[in-house]
Amino acid sequence: MNKGMHPLLMIALVAAVTLCGRVLPTWTLSLATIAAANALISLGIVVLARTGNVSFGQGLFYAGGGYCVALIANAWGLTDAVAQVIIGAICGGLLGLVIGPLIARYSGIFFGMLTLALSMVFYGALVKSTALGGSDGFNVGRPTLFGMSFADPREADFMLYAVAVVTTGIAGIAATILFRSEFGLASLAVRENNLRVEYLGLSANRIISINFVIAAIFAGASGAFALMAQRHIDPQFAYWTTSGEFVFVAVLAGNQSVAAVFVASMALELVRSFSNLYLPNTWQLVLGLFLLAVILFLPRGIGSLWVRSKRGTAKPGVATEREALP
Amino acid sequence: MNFFLTIIVDGLIQASWLFIVALGLTLVFGVLKILNIAHGSLYALGAYVAATAVTMAAARSLPPGVGFVAMLISVALIASAVGLLLERGLLKMFYGRDEVVLLLVTYAVFLVLEDATKLIWGVNPIYATQPYELFGNLEFAGLYYVGYDLVLIPISAAIGFAIWFGLNRTITGKIVLAVIHNEEMSVSMGVRVNRVYAFAFATGALLAAIAGALTAPKISIQPGLSSDVIILSFAIVVIGGLGSVEGAAVGALLVGLARAASVHLMPQAELFVIYLVMAGVLVFRPEGLFKREMARRI
Repeated sequence: MNKGMHPLLMIALVAAVTLCGRVLPTWTLSLATIAAANALISLGIVVLARTGNVSFGQGLFYAGGGYCVALIANAWGLTDAVAQVIIGAICGGLLGLVIGPLIARYSGIFFGMLTLALSMVFYGALVKSTALGGSDGFNVGRPTLFGMSFADPREADFMLYAVAVVTTGIAGIAATILFRSEFGLASLAVRENNLRVEYLGLSANRIISINFVIAAIFAGASGAFALMAQRHIDPQFAYWTTSGEFVFVAVLAGNQSVAAVFVASMALELVRSFSNLYLPNTWQLVLGLFLLAVILFLPRGIGSLWVRSKRGTAKPGVATEREALP
Repeated sequence: MNFFLTIIVDGLIQASWLFIVALGLTLVFGVLKILNIAHGSLYALGAYVAATAVTMAAARSLPPGVGFVAMLISVALIASAVGLLLERGLLKMFYGRDEVVLLLVTYAVFLVLEDATKLIWGVNPIYATQPYELFGNLEFAGLYYVGYDLVLIPISAAIGFAIWFGLNRTITGKIVLAVIHNEEMSVSMGVRVNRVYAFAFATGALLAAIAGALTAPKISIQPGLSSDVIILSFAIVVIGGLGSVEGAAVGALLVGLARAASVHLMPQAELFVIYLVMAGVLVFRPEGLFKREMARRI
């Protein structure tokens, strides 16, 4: 955690990054939009991971948010970018509210597998539903902002970039505040030992559920961004390799700093687009090697490059000792 | 009545190869405590190597029986070598890390192997159908089955028995079990845990690849195979309880039968059914069917 940074400073940072978009070349702009959207969903995974549970099925909420927004956009012609993000977040949050309390009692690898299973069920349902375009999905129109439509593609890209960066920035600031709050510290305590937390009179399941819903809200909003950037949606949103990439970003970032999530997400997008450009048939291979290299050489994530850990308590090794009991 | 028999036989055929894959996955988890996502890639590797071996044998106009044996031998050699290489060369470096990190390491291996198979064998589907006719067609309860499919059932049972026997009735197996139960204690009793790890991982890789080889004649081998198989075998080992051999057998049977039943009764639900079974089991047994509860630190 980045203890020193004041929220106002972070707001200034977000504003500066947004304005940077004015001078960035177009290809970086769309890349950064995707990176910001992915950072948002990965931030949700980091939030949830603080309770010791890693979700391998965030694709469920990502697709859930995306499909909801796309259906509403096509049915009622709602194209406003901010409204779409809010709808995506609400849809994701509602799904999380249903699923979270059900799976909060599982831990470790079972939690991961159950979330993965649920997202695959959703994927299966989407592929089979011909009304939603089956495995091909369907298209949506260009997003607008507060009644303005953007004919110039560069302006449209910048608008989306700005909305994505601001939303993700707000989420990042909210997450930082959350991490420092009593609730955030209780979440860390659940990871260390959920039974002791129960003895203190807190409900570990409740803490996990709330973090799960937060992660789902972030994922739903992120799905809305992905939809607006691609103007197309298909069941691939819910596939397990999509979810895997988000976990990848979260691990790449480590749990040292919120800013690391953004850097990690951008790094992944850069690696992806460069290997797409120069090694079109082997970008997965490059991605895999990159992931291995990061895990090997930066065991505490990219964040460890600039955040020095003062406390030795948050060792990941502790979690392995208590996988045994429900 | 016949209808149910069909479902049962189809389910058994499905379960037979799923069991071999899941057995490898559960063995690796039991010993190394790694849920190996790359297991599906090893299955695909087995299928691809098998196809190459079968095609080469057919090109030299050897009889299909020889091709079948050549396929199994070449797959066994290559898979154990790849398994040893992966464990000694790569996974070894990550021991002691968080289990999620290990999961991601195997995910990275999955990505690498996925592209590596594409580079070697291309993206177009390939076939290795010659051994499929090896055992002719059989009539059973008024229905015709391909003999090869039915032969898979005893083969799978034999492999399951061999693993069970190896684990429970041989010295090596007892040592492996000791490592599964308590690694620290095994180390202090003089067990070379590193060797057990390498051995178990290579065996797991071998099982995945053999399952790939055995199914290769039945399917079209193409990219995406690994990811389908890993999702199925995850469900199986989670149903059975991670690290349990009996669990893998029961899980494979449940999943095989559920799949066969849905194919015959409700084809559109094929994908759900597996996860419904899994969710149903986990509601009542959160750690799977065959997992013993262990003491934990408070």
